[in-house]
Amino acid sequence: MPNFSAINVPRGRGRGFDAAAEPQPDRTRMRILLIEDDREAVDYLVKAFKEVGHVADRAYDGEDGLALALDGEYDVLIVDRMLPKRDGLSVIGMLRDKGIETPVIILSALGQVDDRVKGLRAGGDDYLAKPYSFSELLARVEVLARRRGSRGEDTMYRVADLELDRMSREVSRGGQKILLQPREFRLLEYLMKHAGQVVTRTMLLENVWDYHFDPQTNVIDVHISRLRSKIDKGFAQPLLHTVRGAGYMIRDGAR
Amino acid sequence: MTALAKLFRTTTFKLTLVYLFIFAIFAAFLLGYFALNTRRLITEQITDTVNAEINGLNEQYNQGGIRRLVLVVDARSRRPGSSLYLVTTFNGDTLAGNITEVPPTVFNTPGWTETQYRRVEETDSGDHHALVRVFQLAGGFRLLVGRDLEERERVYHIVIDAGKWSVAIVMALGILGGVFVTRRVLRRVDAMTETTRTIMGGDLSGRLPVSGSGDELDRLAVNLNEMLERIEALMRGLQEVSDNIAHDLKTPLTRLRNRAEEALRGGQSESGYRAALERTIEESEALIRTFNALLMIARAESGHGRDAMQDFDASDVARDVGELYEPLAEQRGLSLVVEANGAAPVKGNRELISQAVANLVDNAIKYAAPAVQNNGAPPEIVLSARIEGDTTLISVGDHGPGIPEADRPRAIERFVRLEQSRSQPGSGLGLSLASAVARLHGGELRLDDNKPGLKSVIALPRAAPLHSLG
Repeated sequence: MPNFSAINVPRGRGRGFDAAAEPQPDRTRMRILLIEDDREAVDYLVKAFKEVGHVADRAYDGEDGLALALDGEYDVLIVDRMLPKRDGLSVIGMLRDKGIETPVIILSALGQVDDRVKGLRAGGDDYLAKPYSFSELLARVEVLARRRGSRGEDTMYRVADLELDRMSREVSRGGQKILLQPREFRLLEYLMKHAGQVVTRTMLLENVWDYHFDPQTNVIDVHISRLRSKIDKGFAQPLLHTVRGAGYMIRDGAR
Repeated sequence: MTALAKLFRTTTFKLTLVYLFIFAIFAAFLLGYFALNTRRLITEQITDTVNAEINGLNEQYNQGGIRRLVLVVDARSRRPGSSLYLVTTFNGDTLAGNITEVPPTVFNTPGWTETQYRRVEETDSGDHHALVRVFQLAGGFRLLVGRDLEERERVYHIVIDAGKWSVAIVMALGILGGVFVTRRVLRRVDAMTETTRTIMGGDLSGRLPVSGSGDELDRLAVNLNEMLERIEALMRGLQEVSDNIAHDLKTPLTRLRNRAEEALRGGQSESGYRAALERTIEESEALIRTFNALLMIARAESGHGRDAMQDFDASDVARDVGELYEPLAEQRGLSLVVEANGAAPVKGNRELISQAVANLVDNAIKYAAPAVQNNGAPPEIVLSARIEGDTTLISVGDHGPGIPEADRPRAIERFVRLEQSRSQPGSGLGLSLASAVARLHGGELRLDDNKPGLKSVIALPRAAPLHSLG
């Protein structure tokens, strides 16, 4: 039977502060620039990023943000869409014009699909609708920062003894072949592409199913437990972990 | 503004004046032309007659000399009529004729002259005019033959007078008619203005009067009334939404506040605080979810998402959504069957339609699962996409408790969760969202009896078949 205890975890709880027993992502220190005019939100985010080991700078309007982004060496920019002095999309446009390809996450109160498309077309790499939880933002920041020079082009993903061949679309663990449905394959592919990083339910829904709405019930959890029963069942070392209050992560626990 | 000034300022009245002016100019021109031509015609007639007479008299003179001419002229002069004659010697002495006091210059100008004259037998010095021709006879005698012009002038003046009068009457009638028509229009416009004032005052139930004549004002009034109908419905909807928001958002907000207060009262362990905070976050997430759903419905109802329409196959949507929910259904002891084999082309916003279908499936699973566990209802949930005539149907049928027929229209309304389902999680917006999406695409959401259970059907206008299969 799949492990149902993982299912009813409420979404969006603050994380990083509790339970050392949980699997921790492979985290390297990142430099983040926050451009957002809601000072309270910015201060909270800067503090939260610091607590998980990153460095975050802040700018409260579009002009300052653009100046900082042009000077500094950042791994990720987090840009609010509606900013004083210069709006978020124009900041991104200016940066891209100047050849600065730092990944950008757009924050916006507008969460509809057409707004998202507009944001991504303007040069954003990801789009997060307000209100969001810190864990969701953190997961996306880490995935984005690591995306450059990552394993996107590899044809073979490997985590411990789990192997996924993107060409032949075959999966095996410990030399034992595992049969997956097409969607399960894409789910595992996405998780393994971001091995060692937390992937949220919303990220899975967006990237594996291409849905940008909220499916009321946590359907993703059930898909994950199915996948888990196929790749972890019967093996001593579990690879697919639930990160409480955040999402999921594939990780070689023995490392 | 006085009533009269208001009347003069209306478009109808100004138009009447313009038309009257144009008509008057035209009439004056026409009658003037007619009068002048009549006059010319009469003049021609006179000259013809006079010429003929001169020729005749000249012949008499040539045959019988001056004696004969005098006799004939004398005889003709005595006849009643408007013919005028005069024969003089070369030095101007009158030999015969019926006129006198002809200015001497007339005799010195041969040919046609218009002149004053007096008849011999008349004693008054009345102002008579005549058209005369002086003819030089051999032997120095002069013959003058002419016609009185009174008749010509009378006819001319009759025509001119008729013209003046008819223009005056037309103007008077035109202005009167203009005033009448304008006042009629004004009255109706005033009535409309009055109604719009009361509507602006806040009473949205007012409607513009329609006279029933089907004229342009009626058409305008009918259209405006339809617009008012729609505005009133929207306002009523807004009212309902705000009432419902007040109800359905206030309840969880109060709960949220109470929990926070309870936690603040203290005396709890750290884990107690933590649990309270976790519940608070959970509750706020649910609130955000409800709020998002509300926004989506509002946007769909105001026509948002129309620009992202594309052609796609509803069967693909059914299969995709089915694939997303199948594990959940299985986990809850149900079996989700997807029947989507044929093409079911639709033009629309794929994301929105997927969300609507997902909502229906989510609902079906939510309500059917307990029914299957408690009283052994059949576990199938059928998700199907197919074409029926001109519509593409996407339906979700379950064997849960269903919705009594009387409650079905209400179930689609926002926030309505029928009483027995109050305890279920969810925003209660699933059906309203599906309905709003269906309406955005020119279709509708139908709730039918699945015998037993509920069958929710999204009926959309069928699109042209897809040529390129993705």
